[in-house]
Amino acid sequence: MPITLTVNGRPETLDLPPEMPLLWALRDGLNLTGTKFGCGVAACGACTVHVDGQAVRSCQTPLGDVAGASVTTIEGLGSPAALHAVQAAWLEGQVAQCGYCQSGQIMQAAALLSANPAPTDAEIDEAMSGNLCRCGTYPRIRAAVQDAARRLQEV
Amino acid sequence: MARLMKIARRGFLFGSVALMGGVAFGWWRYATPHGNPLETGLAAGEVTLNPYVLIDQNGVTVIAPRAEMGQGIHTTLAALVAEEMDLDWSDIRVLHGPASAAYYNAAVLQEGVPFAPTDTGWLAETVRAGMDIPAKFLGFQITGGSSSIPDAFDKMRLAGAGARAALVAAAAARLGVPGDQLSTEAGHVIAPDGTRIPYADLAADAAGVELEQEPMLRPKSEWKLLGRTLPRIDMPGKVTGTTTFAIDLRLPGMRFATVRSNPRQGAPLLSFDASAAEAMPGVERIIPVENGIAVVATNTWVAMQAAEAITFDWAPAPYPATSAEIDAVLAASFTEERRDSINRNDGDVDAVLTEDDWQAEYSVPYLAHATMEPMSSAALLKDGRLTIWTGHQLPSQILPEAAGLTGLPQEAISVEVLPMGGGFGRRAEMDVIRQVVTIAKAMEGTPVLLTWSREEDMTHDGYRPAARAKVRARLEGDRLTAFDFATCSSSVVESQVGRLGYSVPGPDGAIVQGAWEQPYRITNHRVTGYRAPAMVPVGSWRSVGASQNAFFHETAMDELAVKAGVDPVAFRLSMIDHAPSRAVIEAVAEMSGWGSNAPGRAKGFAFCLSFGVPCAEVIEVEETSAGLRMTGAWAAADVGTALDPGNLEAQVQGAMIYGLSAAIRGEITIADGQAEQRNFWDYEPLRLSQCPPIAVRVLENLGHIRGIGEPGTPPAAPALGNAIFALTGQRLRDLPFARSVTFA
Repeated sequence: MPITLTVNGRPETLDLPPEMPLLWALRDGLNLTGTKFGCGVAACGACTVHVDGQAVRSCQTPLGDVAGASVTTIEGLGSPAALHAVQAAWLEGQVAQCGYCQSGQIMQAAALLSANPAPTDAEIDEAMSGNLCRCGTYPRIRAAVQDAARRLQEV
Repeated sequence: MARLMKIARRGFLFGSVALMGGVAFGWWRYATPHGNPLETGLAAGEVTLNPYVLIDQNGVTVIAPRAEMGQGIHTTLAALVAEEMDLDWSDIRVLHGPASAAYYNAAVLQEGVPFAPTDTGWLAETVRAGMDIPAKFLGFQITGGSSSIPDAFDKMRLAGAGARAALVAAAAARLGVPGDQLSTEAGHVIAPDGTRIPYADLAADAAGVELEQEPMLRPKSEWKLLGRTLPRIDMPGKVTGTTTFAIDLRLPGMRFATVRSNPRQGAPLLSFDASAAEAMPGVERIIPVENGIAVVATNTWVAMQAAEAITFDWAPAPYPATSAEIDAVLAASFTEERRDSINRNDGDVDAVLTEDDWQAEYSVPYLAHATMEPMSSAALLKDGRLTIWTGHQLPSQILPEAAGLTGLPQEAISVEVLPMGGGFGRRAEMDVIRQVVTIAKAMEGTPVLLTWSREEDMTHDGYRPAARAKVRARLEGDRLTAFDFATCSSSVVESQVGRLGYSVPGPDGAIVQGAWEQPYRITNHRVTGYRAPAMVPVGSWRSVGASQNAFFHETAMDELAVKAGVDPVAFRLSMIDHAPSRAVIEAVAEMSGWGSNAPGRAKGFAFCLSFGVPCAEVIEVEETSAGLRMTGAWAAADVGTALDPGNLEAQVQGAMIYGLSAAIRGEITIADGQAEQRNFWDYEPLRLSQCPPIAVRVLENLGHIRGIGEPGTPPAAPALGNAIFALTGQRLRDLPFARSVTFA
């Protein structure tokens, strides 16, 4: 039984098993590879996407659970021509090193700022601590989240 | 490799290499034997002037033939060419380019010469310069050892300068004016009347120009791009999720695979039952691979589910089956028979030290690389041609590996090197390459993407070796008069190079790296390396031997400073006369406010010279109700010439965090012959909330340019341990620290 949902504003119908994690439906079903596989057990945050505006770990979200929902991935957050404020802050702050975790970091930060436009340092630490980075970009992530908050408040 | 390493270690070739000279005048000539790999496969309208410059109607593409694993190397390599060629940074395009021996790395081998980096005497320098010749004939295109910048600094600037000179000569011939009346700017040759001719219009003519002399390099004072923080070439793709890592490759008709191989690494698969897996919808093939099986399916999730449903009978490990047994082997390897090197032996330690002198023992565990992107690669075997898409630190070696597995000539194999989701030394291995080629061979005509599960990745690695050290020392008053440092581990070179099919005679410098070449002057000073037997596979882990030896060495130095009643920074400065090393120590002391502490906080210091870079670090900790917390970190490092200050800062911060992750919680333990850790919940890196602010200062006092990917890692663990001692009085001699203390 095909599953319908909205991905980055487009309706999609997927003929995939409902127990398949959303991560793999996005990556292998829709070729939206910006969302990354890191651990498969919601321990690293690389697969973070928005489901109805909330940050979720797509590797632990069965496709059947998001039937009818609106999913946003890094590809739908902004585009190279029209960056989201978080992406613009990441670019300005030259945050990424290998870049593999950064889709998840950016999606997590965007969800934080949409719920809390002026987070404290402690709130940023709290919100971002489920997203691992092995390159050690944390100091620049912290600065970029603060910069993104300023950008969003100026809009 | 065998012959080369012997030469490097014994140093008997210096008489002949002295005649051959270094890279500066060698580049054009020595590039010839390997040819220009860009010449095969040029599309219509494309012109190549040398292995680093490709021009078409849209402009110039720079070939940056080193693995981009996050260190920003493509940006800095492109800037070397762009600076000399007068390219506009906003127009530049960068490709990794083909796997080819033309992109050999000479500098990576210089770390193997038997001279300390602080030794700039004629003999040491001559042997280092001579390393260019054997590396070229060896033809290893390798990214590692913080060597990309030292290797490329002259040759890629010369490539840019040579290309510019050829373009100017072509314009001079076309315009009928002397070349010295022409200038260049932003990808154009400018005629005396102001006419601007794009490089693209001159490229075909320039390709036929024979340069009469080596082009001159611009002095640092004229640099426009180098020496400045440049926006990274790869940043837009990485913030928009559009960068294609190997794991992201998608081709029409692609199938998706995963593997399970014996977690007792190196041992065979005895038998398996895949009947349940074969019955799962979407599963297409079960294919035997080295010591395991691959499942090929219509998507990665099905492949992973199917692999979970297979039952395996694995053969026992070909090494001791538990961490306790392995540690016992290490402890028993400090013997004359196992002695691998005495690279330093000043004075007479044995005559001075007695059983009553100070001594201490230290240990570190195995460590996984744990790149964020699990191992992945894609391949397609079709019509007698094999293409491999991979993120790899040693792409030229993939060609013989794949040729051996398929029977194809190397000319029928192409390797597309993609950006990698972390490397840290892990992606110089051939395991995933052998697997994906085996799968592609069985699936001839169909492109296949292989993705490892995190569990497969964590349990199959060439780990940072577990290691032990014994240090003995004598203090007379407040002065260290004897220091006897003995360190023991399995050999990374023996294990890792052995997996490539080579054997390396002679001592392994990695066993004592970060200890023997330290710039301390102590009257009686010995550094002995002991080679434990090969056990669990080990490999190059960011900063290699310095990762363990700096912890041993700098913890011991801190203990001795405390015992002598001398400030730990002053204690080191009293023994170090290498000016660049003194400068980084003094810088970090000044930056961190060394000598004064906020209430409830304390700082620790450590220093290590690795990959030629002196790096000093300070970490500050405080005790909270939830446990220890790092509240500040400072680093100073000297790279000789700082090409991109912003990127250097990022690399030092990242290297420090990599070291702190390992120091606090990192350990791979072995039980039943296999790694006990499976995923990030039991191999937990540092999290953002645990990361202190990190201030970095880069100095330029060294006489040589050096790379920065690794030197920030070694001092991190001892600086933290020394801070914990300063705060709590508890001396931690074994990693990881979370075994002994609680962290917030």
